[in-house]
Amino acid sequence: MPIRYVVDRGVRYLLLLSALASIFIVFLIGLFTLREGLPALWEIGLSNLLTGRVWRPQRGEFGLVAMVAGSVLATIGAMLLGVPLALGCAIFLAEVAPDSVRSIVRPAVELLAGIPSVVYGLFGMVVLVPLVRQIPVPGNTGFGLLLASIVLAVMILPTITNIAEDAIRAVPREYKEGSLALGTTHWQTIVGVTLPAARSGIVAAIILGVGRALGETMAMIMVIGNSVIFPRPLGNNPLTLFLSQARTLTGNIAVEINYATGLHESALFATGVVLFALIMIVNTTAHLLIRGRAR
Amino acid sequence: MSEQGEIIGRRVGRKAMPQIKSNLARRHLAQKAAFAFLWLAGLVVVGALLAVVGYVVAQGVRVINLDFLLTPPRGGLSGEGGISTTIVATLYLILVTIGIATPLGVGAAVYLVEYAGEMQGRSGLIPRLVALARFGVETLAGVPSIIFGLFGYALFVTAMHFGFSLLSAGLAGACLILPVIIRATEEALRAVPRSYREGSLALGTTQWQTIWGVVLPAALPGIITSIVLSVGRVVSETAVFYVTLGGSYKMPTSLLSGGRTMALHVYYLAMETRAFDKAMGTGAILIVVIILINVVINCLSSRLMIKG
Repeated sequence: MPIRYVVDRGVRYLLLLSALASIFIVFLIGLFTLREGLPALWEIGLSNLLTGRVWRPQRGEFGLVAMVAGSVLATIGAMLLGVPLALGCAIFLAEVAPDSVRSIVRPAVELLAGIPSVVYGLFGMVVLVPLVRQIPVPGNTGFGLLLASIVLAVMILPTITNIAEDAIRAVPREYKEGSLALGTTHWQTIVGVTLPAARSGIVAAIILGVGRALGETMAMIMVIGNSVIFPRPLGNNPLTLFLSQARTLTGNIAVEINYATGLHESALFATGVVLFALIMIVNTTAHLLIRGRAR
Repeated sequence: MSEQGEIIGRRVGRKAMPQIKSNLARRHLAQKAAFAFLWLAGLVVVGALLAVVGYVVAQGVRVINLDFLLTPPRGGLSGEGGISTTIVATLYLILVTIGIATPLGVGAAVYLVEYAGEMQGRSGLIPRLVALARFGVETLAGVPSIIFGLFGYALFVTAMHFGFSLLSAGLAGACLILPVIIRATEEALRAVPRSYREGSLALGTTQWQTIWGVVLPAALPGIITSIVLSVGRVVSETAVFYVTLGGSYKMPTSLLSGGRTMALHVYYLAMETRAFDKAMGTGAILIVVIILINVVINCLSSRLMIKG
């Protein structure tokens, strides 16, 4: 057999190996996070970890409820603020914007995605904290869930806008033409035909945005205050809940991992396991939706 | 049919005309309101970008000068000194990360596009492995960066005794950008016309000779785009390096020395020393780098479009 066929064979398997590197890394990540987290999961127990309300590593109390609440509330806030904006922007780019405007907004979205999260955090600390502090509620420091939601809303916008725009563009032209030919306005066609046809893609975009929001770390540490307390309203108005400081699951890991030892360190890895599981569920749902659309 | 239409027309008659008209007016009003919101959304996005970029750059230029770029940080409560060592650490880290991830990522993409395409729907060991590989890329792309950090800390820093170092951070960072490179390279390879491959194969080359001699050169701008994209990721990433790189602002001297990237420096300046002016300066440089990277990517992809 000529040497070039041998090379061809060899390269083929070598490339197969590199294609398998990703799944191998996923396996290693699962293995090592779980292995390090196991002592905590064993000693504290998953249910205590998930239902414990107090996180005091010095006293051996490891409850994640406050951090889960922090992550979930910041994500909900970001979604409330960011989803209308992101979807509006996606519809704008796909259906409404003239080319000249599009050529400004599209790069702007791309650039928003590229700006480092520490820069968002810094901007939040320096510019937005004094603004949020203006809200006259006793105990309002400016840092907290509201600020985290605002910063997060801008950070997840590119994710949602990009995927939703693709989904809207993928709607066949004939659908829109059929609707327009019936005498509907452009907006009626968008609401009645285009958006329903792109629904699964748009939902997937939002879910991936949720995954992105749950995983954000550094910007959250910088703006959310990091107090390990269960967020509760500062005043009588339930909305002041969002002025409460909090801590996210991601922030909990990053802030404490470099000095933690023993059971404490293990508990942080267990936090990672919880986070990983949460995000895997979210992302898998989104991918199933996208694939369902492709079929 | 036409008779019926006429009857209906007569029955609706003139009386209905104003109603139809007002209905039309209402629909147009609804459209105007909705489009106003859509324009507003676009405006807010551009406004948010301008606010962040404008503010950070405007504040940043006050502290940026040659001295700021060329002197090392000296610590202290006001974050004295410049950022020279953090620039060097960032560059080293880019080299390590890209150096590890590029061959692996491009190799994986080549396999997934060039070899695995024909296996869809077949049974056997290799198609199963291919499905597994695709699942791996998809999953890896969704893993949050702090998990890569935890993993890097457990495996590279602790278990393999690399300590807080460029090597640990580079390996963890390579895992992070691997899916970025694979996906962008896959896209570039798919954009290479089929006829290129057929022409080469018809000359009697092996598949690998075709890939090496024809497909990869044709996809090169796309592959470079994927590398530039990952450079952007490494420059702006913080969480992974926060738990694997150590954060020392001393000049890194080897693969095993720790360090601090520019993005990490922004974090330390803002959170630990509260030196916001210096943080803004470093942030402004980061933003300029990211803008440059985006410009390069746009140039490369417009070149690709012309070729395609």
